[in-house]
Amino acid sequence: MKKLGLIIVLICGSLMLYGTIDFPDWADPSSPASTHLSPYFIETAMHDTAVPNIVTAVLADYRGYDTMFETTVIFAAGLACFFLLRRFQRRAPDVNLFRHMPTGITLRIKKGGKVPVDSSEFERIDSIWVPYDLIIKTTCRLLIPFILLFALYVIAHGHHSPGGGFQGGVILGAGIILYAISHNLRAAKARIKERFDAYMCSAGVFIYVGTGVLCLLMGANFLDYSALAPLLGTDPIMARSHGILIVEIGVGIAVMAVMICLYYNLSSAGRQDEGL
Amino acid sequence: MNEIASFIIAKYNYWIYIVLMMIGLYAMIVKNNLVKKIIGMNIFQTAIILFYVSIGTKRGATIPIIYHGHGDGSHAVHATDYINPLPHVLMLTAIVVSVATLGVALAIALKVYRRYNTLEEDEIFTQIRRK
Repeated sequence: MKKLGLIIVLICGSLMLYGTIDFPDWADPSSPASTHLSPYFIETAMHDTAVPNIVTAVLADYRGYDTMFETTVIFAAGLACFFLLRRFQRRAPDVNLFRHMPTGITLRIKKGGKVPVDSSEFERIDSIWVPYDLIIKTTCRLLIPFILLFALYVIAHGHHSPGGGFQGGVILGAGIILYAISHNLRAAKARIKERFDAYMCSAGVFIYVGTGVLCLLMGANFLDYSALAPLLGTDPIMARSHGILIVEIGVGIAVMAVMICLYYNLSSAGRQDEGL
Repeated sequence: MNEIASFIIAKYNYWIYIVLMMIGLYAMIVKNNLVKKIIGMNIFQTAIILFYVSIGTKRGATIPIIYHGHGDGSHAVHATDYINPLPHVLMLTAIVVSVATLGVALAIALKVYRRYNTLEEDEIFTQIRRK
Protein backbone atom coordinates (compact mmCIF):
# COMPACT_ATOMS: atom_id res chain seq x y z
CA MET A 1 0.00 0.00 0.00
CA LYS A 2 2.80 2.38 0.90
CA LYS A 3 4.67 1.70 -2.34
CA LEU A 4 1.50 1.97 -4.44
CA GLY A 5 0.64 5.27 -2.78
CA LEU A 6 4.13 6.59 -3.37
CA ILE A 7 3.98 5.60 -7.06
CA ILE A 8 0.57 7.28 -7.53
CA VAL A 9 1.79 10.43 -5.79
CA LEU A 10 4.99 10.57 -7.82
CA ILE A 11 3.16 10.09 -11.14
CA CYS A 12 0.53 12.73 -10.27
CA GLY A 13 3.19 15.15 -9.04
CA SER A 14 5.43 14.78 -12.08
CA LEU A 15 2.48 15.21 -14.45
CA MET A 16 1.49 18.39 -12.64
CA LEU A 17 5.08 19.65 -12.60
CA TYR A 18 5.18 19.05 -16.36
CA GLY A 19 1.95 21.01 -16.67
CA THR A 20 3.39 24.08 -14.97
CA ILE A 21 5.54 24.75 -18.06
CA ASP A 22 2.44 26.15 -19.76
CA PHE A 23 1.35 28.20 -16.74
CA PRO A 24 1.64 31.99 -16.83
CA ASP A 25 4.66 33.35 -15.01
CA TRP A 26 4.24 34.29 -11.39
CA ALA A 27 2.87 37.86 -10.94
CA ASP A 28 2.43 38.33 -14.68
CA PRO A 29 -0.01 41.26 -15.17
CA SER A 30 -1.18 39.84 -18.52
CA SER A 31 -1.99 36.34 -17.26
CA PRO A 32 -5.40 34.99 -18.32
CA ALA A 33 -6.78 35.20 -14.78
CA SER A 34 -6.17 38.95 -14.59
CA THR A 35 -7.29 40.02 -18.05
CA HIS A 36 -10.94 39.05 -18.58
CA LEU A 37 -13.24 39.60 -15.62
CA SER A 38 -11.16 41.12 -12.87
CA PRO A 39 -10.46 44.52 -14.56
CA TYR A 40 -14.23 45.08 -14.71
CA PHE A 41 -14.61 44.49 -10.99
CA ILE A 42 -11.59 46.59 -10.08
CA GLU A 43 -12.70 49.54 -12.18
CA THR A 44 -16.43 49.56 -11.43
CA ALA A 45 -16.83 48.12 -7.92
CA MET A 46 -16.21 51.45 -6.20
CA HIS A 47 -18.52 53.24 -8.60
CA ASP A 48 -21.31 50.65 -8.26
CA THR A 49 -21.29 49.93 -4.56
CA ALA A 50 -19.24 52.67 -2.79
CA VAL A 51 -17.14 49.93 -1.13
CA PRO A 52 -13.37 50.48 -1.48
CA ASN A 53 -12.55 46.87 -0.56
CA ILE A 54 -13.25 45.08 -3.83
CA VAL A 55 -13.09 41.66 -2.21
CA THR A 56 -15.96 42.57 0.10
CA ALA A 57 -17.96 44.10 -2.76
CA VAL A 58 -17.56 41.02 -4.95
CA LEU A 59 -18.17 38.63 -2.06
CA ALA A 60 -21.40 40.06 -0.75
CA ASP A 61 -22.83 41.89 -3.76
CA TYR A 62 -21.80 40.55 -7.15
CA ARG A 63 -21.44 37.00 -5.88
CA GLY A 64 -24.11 37.27 -3.20
CA TYR A 65 -25.73 33.92 -4.05
CA ASP A 66 -22.43 32.11 -3.62
CA THR A 67 -21.85 33.63 -0.20
CA MET A 68 -25.44 32.96 0.86
CA PHE A 69 -25.11 29.27 0.15
CA GLU A 70 -21.65 29.29 1.71
CA THR A 71 -23.28 30.48 4.92
CA THR A 72 -25.83 27.72 4.50
CA VAL A 73 -23.00 25.19 4.11
CA ILE A 74 -21.52 26.35 7.43
CA PHE A 75 -24.94 26.12 9.04
CA ALA A 76 -25.37 22.60 7.63
CA ALA A 77 -21.92 21.62 8.98
CA GLY A 78 -22.92 22.81 12.45
CA LEU A 79 -26.19 20.87 12.19
CA ALA A 80 -24.39 17.73 10.97
CA CYS A 81 -21.92 17.88 13.85
CA PHE A 82 -24.78 18.35 16.31
CA PHE A 83 -26.84 15.45 14.99
CA LEU A 84 -23.85 13.11 14.68
CA LEU A 85 -22.46 13.65 18.14
CA ARG A 86 -24.93 15.14 20.59
CA ARG A 87 -26.09 12.73 23.29
CA PHE A 88 -28.77 13.91 25.62
CA GLN A 89 -29.12 11.11 28.16
CA ARG A 90 -27.36 12.37 31.22
CA ARG A 91 -25.20 9.68 32.80
CA ALA A 92 -24.18 10.63 36.30
CA PRO A 93 -20.37 10.36 36.55
CA ASP A 94 -18.92 7.80 38.95
CA VAL A 95 -16.77 10.37 40.68
CA ASN A 96 -17.24 14.12 41.02
CA LEU A 97 -14.21 16.25 41.67
CA PHE A 98 -14.61 19.51 43.56
CA ARG A 99 -11.93 22.00 44.39
CA HIS A 100 -12.08 24.00 47.62
CA MET A 101 -11.03 27.38 46.32
CA PRO A 102 -9.41 29.01 49.44
CA THR A 103 -7.20 26.00 50.26
CA GLY A 104 -6.78 24.35 46.86
CA ILE A 105 -7.77 20.93 48.24
CA THR A 106 -9.51 18.63 45.77
CA LEU A 107 -12.49 16.69 47.06
CA ARG A 108 -13.35 13.36 45.49
CA ILE A 109 -17.02 12.53 45.91
CA LYS A 110 -18.26 9.11 44.87
CA LYS A 111 -21.65 8.44 43.32
CA GLY A 112 -24.40 9.00 45.85
CA GLY A 113 -22.26 11.20 48.05
CA LYS A 114 -23.38 14.62 49.14
CA VAL A 115 -22.33 17.32 46.70
CA PRO A 116 -21.26 20.68 48.18
CA VAL A 117 -23.90 23.27 47.45
CA ASP A 118 -22.00 26.38 48.50
CA SER A 119 -20.75 27.24 45.05
CA SER A 120 -18.77 30.30 46.07
CA GLU A 121 -16.11 28.21 47.82
CA PHE A 122 -16.31 24.99 45.81
CA GLU A 123 -15.74 24.69 42.09
CA ARG A 124 -16.55 21.54 40.13
CA ILE A 125 -13.60 20.38 37.99
CA ASP A 126 -13.37 17.81 35.21
CA SER A 127 -12.90 14.14 36.02
CA ILE A 128 -9.39 14.35 34.60
CA TRP A 129 -7.79 16.40 37.33
CA VAL A 130 -6.48 19.78 36.20
CA PRO A 131 -4.31 22.08 38.32
CA TYR A 132 -5.66 25.48 39.22
CA ASP A 133 -3.86 28.04 37.07
CA LEU A 134 -4.33 31.65 38.11
CA ILE A 135 -2.04 33.02 35.38
CA ILE A 136 -3.91 31.41 32.48
CA LYS A 137 -7.33 32.33 33.81
CA THR A 138 -6.42 35.95 34.56
CA THR A 139 -4.62 36.48 31.26
CA CYS A 140 -7.50 35.07 29.26
CA ARG A 141 -10.03 37.09 31.21
CA LEU A 142 -8.08 40.26 30.39
CA LEU A 143 -7.54 39.32 26.73
CA ILE A 144 -10.95 38.00 25.70
CA PRO A 145 -12.85 41.35 25.75
CA PHE A 146 -10.25 42.86 23.43
CA ILE A 147 -10.36 39.82 21.14
CA LEU A 148 -14.14 40.17 20.88
CA LEU A 149 -13.84 43.93 20.32
CA PHE A 150 -11.31 43.35 17.55
CA ALA A 151 -13.68 40.83 15.97
CA LEU A 152 -16.46 43.42 15.90
CA TYR A 153 -14.01 45.89 14.34
CA VAL A 154 -13.08 43.35 11.66
CA ILE A 155 -16.76 42.85 10.80
CA ALA A 156 -17.69 46.52 10.86
CA HIS A 157 -14.60 47.75 9.02
CA GLY A 158 -14.72 45.12 6.30
CA HIS A 159 -15.67 47.78 3.76
CA HIS A 160 -12.43 49.73 4.11
CA SER A 161 -9.83 47.20 5.23
CA PRO A 162 -9.24 43.47 4.95
CA GLY A 163 -12.01 41.84 6.92
CA GLY A 164 -15.64 40.91 6.82
CA GLY A 165 -18.18 38.55 8.24
CA PHE A 166 -16.32 35.28 7.89
CA GLN A 167 -13.10 36.51 9.45
CA GLY A 168 -14.77 38.47 12.23
CA GLY A 169 -17.11 35.61 13.00
CA VAL A 170 -14.22 33.20 13.36
CA ILE A 171 -12.41 35.61 15.72
CA LEU A 172 -15.60 36.01 17.79
CA GLY A 173 -15.93 32.23 18.01
CA ALA A 174 -12.24 31.87 18.88
CA GLY A 175 -12.67 34.31 21.78
CA ILE A 176 -15.45 32.19 23.27
CA ILE A 177 -13.47 28.99 22.63
CA LEU A 178 -10.46 30.53 24.40
CA TYR A 179 -12.72 31.17 27.38
CA ALA A 180 -13.87 27.55 27.29
CA ILE A 181 -10.28 26.28 27.12
CA SER A 182 -8.92 28.54 29.85
CA HIS A 183 -11.76 27.87 32.31
CA ASN A 184 -13.81 24.82 31.41
CA LEU A 185 -16.69 23.85 29.18
CA ARG A 186 -19.32 24.37 31.88
CA ALA A 187 -18.17 27.95 32.49
CA ALA A 188 -18.43 28.71 28.76
CA LYS A 189 -21.83 27.04 28.55
CA ALA A 190 -23.03 29.21 31.43
CA ARG A 191 -22.18 32.27 29.28
CA ILE A 192 -23.28 31.01 25.85
CA LYS A 193 -26.00 28.42 26.31
CA GLU A 194 -26.46 25.72 23.72
CA ARG A 195 -29.99 26.85 22.94
CA PHE A 196 -28.87 30.45 22.47
CA ASP A 197 -26.06 29.22 20.23
CA ALA A 198 -28.53 27.28 18.08
CA TYR A 199 -30.74 30.37 17.78
CA MET A 200 -27.71 32.43 16.69
CA CYS A 201 -26.79 29.81 14.05
CA SER A 202 -30.14 30.14 12.37
CA ALA A 203 -30.44 33.88 13.02
CA GLY A 204 -27.32 34.56 10.96
CA VAL A 205 -28.61 32.65 7.96
CA PHE A 206 -32.03 34.22 8.47
CA ILE A 207 -30.57 37.76 8.36
CA TYR A 208 -28.83 36.99 5.07
CA VAL A 209 -31.82 35.35 3.37
CA GLY A 210 -34.19 37.86 4.93
CA THR A 211 -32.25 40.74 3.35
CA GLY A 212 -32.63 39.04 -0.01
CA VAL A 213 -36.35 38.49 0.48
CA LEU A 214 -36.74 42.12 1.57
CA CYS A 215 -35.20 43.14 -1.75
CA LEU A 216 -37.77 40.92 -3.50
CA LEU A 217 -40.59 42.57 -1.56
CA MET A 218 -39.28 46.00 -2.55
CA GLY A 219 -39.70 45.01 -6.18
CA ALA A 220 -36.12 44.20 -7.24
CA ASN A 221 -34.17 40.99 -7.78
CA PHE A 222 -33.17 38.72 -4.91
CA LEU A 223 -30.15 40.24 -3.06
CA ASP A 224 -30.24 43.45 -5.14
CA TYR A 225 -29.55 45.78 -2.21
CA SER A 226 -30.13 48.97 -4.18
CA ALA A 227 -33.87 48.34 -3.71
CA LEU A 228 -33.41 48.97 0.02
CA ALA A 229 -32.65 52.66 -0.59
CA PRO A 230 -36.10 53.96 0.54
CA LEU A 231 -35.90 51.90 3.76
CA LEU A 232 -32.36 53.04 4.61
CA GLY A 233 -32.94 56.62 3.51
CA THR A 234 -29.97 56.80 1.15
CA ASP A 235 -29.29 56.72 -2.57
CA PRO A 236 -29.17 53.30 -4.29
CA ILE A 237 -25.35 53.12 -4.36
CA MET A 238 -24.98 53.73 -0.62
CA ALA A 239 -27.86 51.29 -0.08
CA ARG A 240 -25.74 48.58 -1.72
CA SER A 241 -22.92 49.45 0.69
CA HIS A 242 -25.24 49.24 3.70
CA GLY A 243 -26.83 46.04 2.38
CA ILE A 244 -23.37 44.46 2.27
CA LEU A 245 -22.85 45.45 5.92
CA ILE A 246 -26.17 43.89 7.00
CA VAL A 247 -25.34 40.69 5.18
CA GLU A 248 -21.83 40.56 6.66
CA ILE A 249 -23.28 40.90 10.15
CA GLY A 250 -25.51 37.92 9.42
CA VAL A 251 -22.54 35.91 8.16
CA GLY A 252 -20.52 36.86 11.26
CA ILE A 253 -23.26 35.72 13.64
CA ALA A 254 -23.72 32.42 11.80
CA VAL A 255 -19.98 31.65 11.63
CA MET A 256 -19.47 32.50 15.32
CA ALA A 257 -22.32 30.30 16.45
CA VAL A 258 -21.25 27.37 14.27
CA MET A 259 -17.65 27.56 15.52
CA ILE A 260 -18.90 27.45 19.12
CA CYS A 261 -21.27 24.58 18.28
CA LEU A 262 -18.45 22.61 16.66
CA TYR A 263 -16.18 23.16 19.65
CA TYR A 264 -18.82 22.24 22.26
CA ASN A 265 -19.68 19.00 20.49
CA LEU A 266 -16.19 17.93 19.40
CA SER A 267 -14.37 18.69 22.65
CA SER A 268 -16.82 16.76 24.83
CA ALA A 269 -17.76 14.03 22.31
CA GLY A 270 -21.35 15.25 22.36
CA ARG A 271 -22.00 15.02 26.11
CA GLN A 272 -21.25 18.66 26.79
CA ASP A 273 -20.65 18.11 30.48
CA GLU A 274 -16.88 18.25 30.59
CA GLY A 275 -14.55 19.17 27.78
CA LEU A 276 -10.90 19.95 27.22
CA MET B 1 22.02 30.04 -17.56
CA ASN B 2 20.07 33.26 -17.22
CA GLU B 3 17.09 31.68 -18.99
CA ILE B 4 16.99 28.76 -16.58
CA ALA B 5 17.16 31.11 -13.60
CA SER B 6 14.30 33.25 -14.88
CA PHE B 7 12.28 30.09 -15.63
CA ILE B 8 12.77 28.83 -12.08
CA ILE B 9 11.88 32.20 -10.58
CA ALA B 10 8.71 32.38 -12.69
CA LYS B 11 7.45 28.90 -11.77
CA TYR B 12 8.90 27.81 -8.43
CA ASN B 13 5.82 28.84 -6.46
CA TYR B 14 3.70 26.35 -8.42
CA TRP B 15 6.21 23.62 -7.66
CA ILE B 16 5.97 24.33 -3.93
CA TYR B 17 2.18 24.04 -4.06
CA ILE B 18 2.39 20.80 -6.03
CA VAL B 19 4.80 19.32 -3.48
CA LEU B 20 2.47 20.40 -0.66
CA MET B 21 -0.54 18.96 -2.47
CA MET B 22 1.25 15.65 -3.03
CA ILE B 23 2.16 15.47 0.66
CA GLY B 24 -1.53 15.79 1.43
CA LEU B 25 -2.50 13.20 -1.18
CA TYR B 26 0.13 10.78 0.12
CA ALA B 27 -1.22 11.17 3.65
CA MET B 28 -4.77 10.54 2.45
CA ILE B 29 -3.79 7.38 0.55
CA VAL B 30 -1.18 5.78 2.79
CA LYS B 31 -1.80 6.77 6.40
CA ASN B 32 -3.62 4.27 8.53
CA ASN B 33 -5.02 6.63 11.14
CA LEU B 34 -8.25 8.45 10.28
CA VAL B 35 -7.18 11.71 11.93
CA LYS B 36 -3.95 11.70 9.91
CA LYS B 37 -6.01 11.23 6.76
CA ILE B 38 -8.14 14.23 7.73
CA ILE B 39 -5.02 16.32 8.32
CA GLY B 40 -3.77 15.20 4.88
CA MET B 41 -7.03 16.43 3.36
CA ASN B 42 -6.49 19.79 5.06
CA ILE B 43 -2.94 20.05 3.69
CA PHE B 44 -4.33 19.31 0.22
CA GLN B 45 -6.92 22.09 0.58
CA THR B 46 -4.27 24.52 1.84
CA ALA B 47 -2.14 23.83 -1.25
CA ILE B 48 -5.08 24.66 -3.52
CA ILE B 49 -5.84 27.85 -1.56
CA LEU B 50 -2.20 28.99 -1.86
CA PHE B 51 -2.23 28.20 -5.57
CA TYR B 52 -5.32 30.34 -6.19
CA VAL B 53 -4.04 33.25 -4.13
CA SER B 54 -0.75 33.19 -6.05
CA ILE B 55 -2.67 33.37 -9.33
CA GLY B 56 -4.13 36.70 -8.23
CA THR B 57 -0.83 38.54 -7.84
CA LYS B 58 0.36 41.14 -10.33
CA ARG B 59 3.78 42.73 -10.49
CA GLY B 60 3.74 46.30 -9.20
CA ALA B 61 0.17 46.10 -7.92
CA THR B 62 -1.20 46.50 -4.41
CA ILE B 63 -4.00 44.86 -2.44
CA PRO B 64 -7.49 45.26 -3.92
CA ILE B 65 -8.63 48.09 -1.67
CA ILE B 66 -9.05 51.32 -3.57
CA TYR B 67 -7.04 54.35 -2.46
CA HIS B 68 -8.94 57.44 -1.35
CA GLY B 69 -12.02 55.27 -0.95
CA HIS B 70 -13.46 57.64 1.63
CA GLY B 71 -13.65 60.54 -0.81
CA ASP B 72 -16.08 61.13 -3.64
CA GLY B 73 -14.54 58.30 -5.64
CA SER B 74 -13.87 60.47 -8.65
CA HIS B 75 -10.32 59.20 -9.05
CA ALA B 76 -9.70 57.07 -12.09
CA VAL B 77 -9.06 53.46 -11.09
CA HIS B 78 -6.64 51.47 -13.21
CA ALA B 79 -6.86 47.69 -13.16
CA THR B 80 -3.07 47.37 -13.31
CA ASP B 81 -2.67 49.05 -9.90
CA TYR B 82 -4.62 46.44 -7.95
CA ILE B 83 -4.19 42.68 -7.77
CA ASN B 84 -6.93 40.38 -8.96
CA PRO B 85 -9.66 40.22 -6.26
CA LEU B 86 -11.53 37.20 -7.63
CA PRO B 87 -9.20 34.41 -6.37
CA HIS B 88 -9.31 36.02 -2.93
CA VAL B 89 -13.11 35.95 -2.92
CA LEU B 90 -13.19 32.32 -4.06
CA MET B 91 -10.62 31.25 -1.49
CA LEU B 92 -12.31 33.17 1.33
CA THR B 93 -15.30 30.89 0.85
CA ALA B 94 -13.07 27.83 0.27
CA ILE B 95 -11.35 28.36 3.63
CA VAL B 96 -14.72 28.41 5.31
CA VAL B 97 -15.77 25.23 3.51
CA SER B 98 -12.51 23.58 4.59
CA VAL B 99 -13.27 24.45 8.22
CA ALA B 100 -16.77 23.01 7.82
CA THR B 101 -15.50 19.78 6.24
CA LEU B 102 -12.85 19.50 8.98
CA GLY B 103 -15.52 19.82 11.66
CA VAL B 104 -17.81 17.24 10.09
CA ALA B 105 -14.91 14.86 9.38
CA LEU B 106 -13.73 15.05 12.99
CA ALA B 107 -17.31 14.44 14.15
CA ILE B 108 -17.53 11.31 11.99
CA ALA B 109 -14.11 10.18 13.26
CA LEU B 110 -15.35 10.58 16.84
CA LYS B 111 -18.44 8.56 15.94
CA VAL B 112 -16.26 5.84 14.43
CA TYR B 113 -14.10 5.80 17.55
CA ARG B 114 -17.16 5.46 19.75
CA ARG B 115 -18.36 2.46 17.70
CA TYR B 116 -15.08 0.57 17.16
CA ASN B 117 -12.83 1.95 19.94
CA THR B 118 -10.05 2.61 17.45
CA LEU B 119 -9.11 5.07 14.72
CA GLU B 120 -6.74 2.72 12.87
CA GLU B 121 -8.20 1.75 9.54
CA ASP B 122 -6.97 -1.88 9.43
CA GLU B 123 -8.33 -2.62 12.90
CA ILE B 124 -11.71 -1.19 11.90
CA PHE B 125 -11.72 -3.40 8.78
CA THR B 126 -10.92 -6.55 10.78
CA GLN B 127 -13.74 -5.72 13.18
CA ILE B 128 -16.16 -5.24 10.28
CA ARG B 129 -15.11 -8.52 8.63
CA ARG B 130 -15.48 -10.47 11.85
CA LYS B 131 -19.22 -9.74 11.91
